[in-house]
Amino acid sequence: MSENKLKIAFYWAASCGGCEIAVLDINEKILDVVQIADIVFWPVAMDVKYSDVKAMPDQYIDITFFNGSIRNSEQEEMAKLLRQKSKTLVAFGSCAHEGCVPGLANLHDSQEILDYVYTKEKSVVNPEGTIPQTETKVKEGILDIPEFYDTVKTLAQTVDVDYYLPGCPPPVKLIAEAVDAIAAGKLPPKGSVLAPLKAVCDECPRKRENKRINKIYRVHEKVPEPEKCLLEQGILCMGPATRSGCGAQCLQVDMPCTGCQGPGPNMPEIGAGMITALAAIFGYDEKDLSAEDVEKLMSQIVDPVGTFYMYSLPASILRRKVMKK
Amino acid sequence: MKEITINPITRLEGHGNISIFLNDEGEVENAYLKIPELRGFEKFCEGRRAELMPLLTTRICGVCPVAHHFASVKALDAAFNVEPTSAAKKLRELMYEGYIIYDHTLHFYYLGGPDFVVGPDAPPEKRNILGVIEKAGLKVAGEVIKHRAYGQKITAILGGKATHPVCGLPGGISKALSEENRQEIEKMATSSVEFAKFSLKLFHDIVLGNSAYVDLIKSDAYTMKTYYMGLMDENNKVNFYDGKIRVVDPDGSEFLKFEPKDYLTHIGEHVEPWTYSKFPFLKKVGWKGLSDGADNGVYRVGPLGRLNAADGMATPLAQAEYEVMYKTLGRPVHGTLAFHWARLIELLYAAERAVELAKDPEITSTNIRNKPGEPGEGVGVVEAARGTLYHHYVLDKDALVKDVNLIVATTNNYPAICMSIRDAAKGLIHGGKVDQGVLNKVEMAFRAYDPCFACATHAAIGQMPLTVKVYDNQKNLLQTLQR
Repeated sequence: MSENKLKIAFYWAASCGGCEIAVLDINEKILDVVQIADIVFWPVAMDVKYSDVKAMPDQYIDITFFNGSIRNSEQEEMAKLLRQKSKTLVAFGSCAHEGCVPGLANLHDSQEILDYVYTKEKSVVNPEGTIPQTETKVKEGILDIPEFYDTVKTLAQTVDVDYYLPGCPPPVKLIAEAVDAIAAGKLPPKGSVLAPLKAVCDECPRKRENKRINKIYRVHEKVPEPEKCLLEQGILCMGPATRSGCGAQCLQVDMPCTGCQGPGPNMPEIGAGMITALAAIFGYDEKDLSAEDVEKLMSQIVDPVGTFYMYSLPASILRRKVMKK
Repeated sequence: MKEITINPITRLEGHGNISIFLNDEGEVENAYLKIPELRGFEKFCEGRRAELMPLLTTRICGVCPVAHHFASVKALDAAFNVEPTSAAKKLRELMYEGYIIYDHTLHFYYLGGPDFVVGPDAPPEKRNILGVIEKAGLKVAGEVIKHRAYGQKITAILGGKATHPVCGLPGGISKALSEENRQEIEKMATSSVEFAKFSLKLFHDIVLGNSAYVDLIKSDAYTMKTYYMGLMDENNKVNFYDGKIRVVDPDGSEFLKFEPKDYLTHIGEHVEPWTYSKFPFLKKVGWKGLSDGADNGVYRVGPLGRLNAADGMATPLAQAEYEVMYKTLGRPVHGTLAFHWARLIELLYAAERAVELAKDPEITSTNIRNKPGEPGEGVGVVEAARGTLYHHYVLDKDALVKDVNLIVATTNNYPAICMSIRDAAKGLIHGGKVDQGVLNKVEMAFRAYDPCFACATHAAIGQMPLTVKVYDNQKNLLQTLQR
């Protein structure tokens, strides 16, 4: 292991594996990474144990890329350990950054989910109503599994985070740029999102004509005109409220942005940002709209929580549904 | 009684965690594969907009998002009572073949292949992609990286993004294929046919050319007589994207053939309290616990499940190789390690089929969307790389999701994987002795399935870390093995 090389670690908590695939998708760029860095911990790829990490001096690792959200005690423990051992901690991808799609579980508590999955789903044959338990006595001994938490948390809700690499998964280009910035020692101020200071609309090749709309369509209801802004055709697109850096890939295949890169710059909240954008395109500033008109226009948006916070419920001001118990 | 815990740190949908119990003689009493994580997609998708389901459910798995995307889109086709246009179906299938090329390449070279190519008895530090490169040569490494990337590129062209694509809509697909992109895909697919042929040659030379490996494939520790399931075209040939579900019994005779929409008549899921995964079984036979044979409803899916359930492959080169496999191993093949061979035959089929589709005159048609009807209920089934994948939605009148049922590819194999691990442990652990060789062989028993909760990228450089802890009956730690 070279003395002057950076020490890098990768770790994953509750995630789908797409962030690991995104790392593989940098293809030959991985050779640059190996040039500048030694990978000291990457459980998916290397024979380094938790106990080896525990044995490292504090701040031994230069940079840890952490993907996945936090939803059980083991993940929380690893987040704390890696924070302690790392000079810089990067929340890698939407789950670590904002909670992502699995964060929508915060619309329920654990009991509701367990009941549904194990007793109510159509294919389940479970006359005794068995539900997984943290501890089960079988004839050979005791079997234990971790507790299923009520609430999905982001990495920053668990430990102090230095940088965020947004996206589901982070675009290869942003990963490559982050690697270059690290190599050159040119990281931005702590707390930065490592993505351009623009919205998806700024990267979108589609033409805008500053049209106003009063009808919202869902993607399956309308075939869009090519090359024109989807929002101006009434198709709900999260582009104005979403951070760029993805190259507007979804728009390239005529599908709207759904917000996986998180809120745009200077926009702490994606839902609030999108409501502002919608107010503008509905013509709120120009027309004399009554409260009733506004409500009528906005009520066209079915499932606003799932629409605005598809990737960010745990990180949003809403965070979770109020617990009944 | 002693307990051994094998804790693979790798995971996708929760990492697997194996507990092995030894009796007083040090023989294996039983083994359990626990899945320690749940995310609850079925519940939190409730209330969402139907058209978002192909995006929401891709997040179940970042390795096989294309499978979820199209199982979901097909469930929406059915729920909105709309038949996609002919060109849209072909474009979906073309993208699907791209995904199979990427995923099967990933598994063979990064995950499962090292067991054979480098050798089951090779030291752990060699049994990985780097070991494969060392044995097969640097040129091969370049080809592997290139063709895995080709598979991803085909998906990205058609789907917008390779990981978590967005193009699927009820009744079709969002964007037509340009002639320029069609040519690029044809080139990548043609190259992939050669790559698949090369991969099979490698398998023949290194694995089949070595009688010790062939004996291992045929050995009792890795043999299990179960039912097999797969999606078939009208000629009972393997089809990843569409068809009817066929199940054969442990003798290889057709046992069931049904439309995807009728899956609930045929498949049930049993629940155990010690794991978050459920245990699917054939209802007609019933759930009788973790045992093989014709009187228990345990079935297997994935490459070997599909090939066993099929009468052949729909493309000429894959068909020829299919015949070689059954001539060599008999029919049906019950040897779990033959999953690897079946996977390469499917890689060849996917590449051949991608070339056919890329050359199809209709593939650049702009007639790619039909108008959806009223929302209702629908089932969508595809063959994910790891097996049959079921999505079932009930929509309300506003096309919001009311009810979701999912049976995910690896879940189908979960009962069989539990049994394979137990059988390998029983066959290999004696007198309380556990060593590296045992870990290798136990690991091989479940790696053959390419299980989702252990795949991802244990991968990137290829080694799955394992910890085995041996406890005495007072739970005192006697021995720790790591690698």
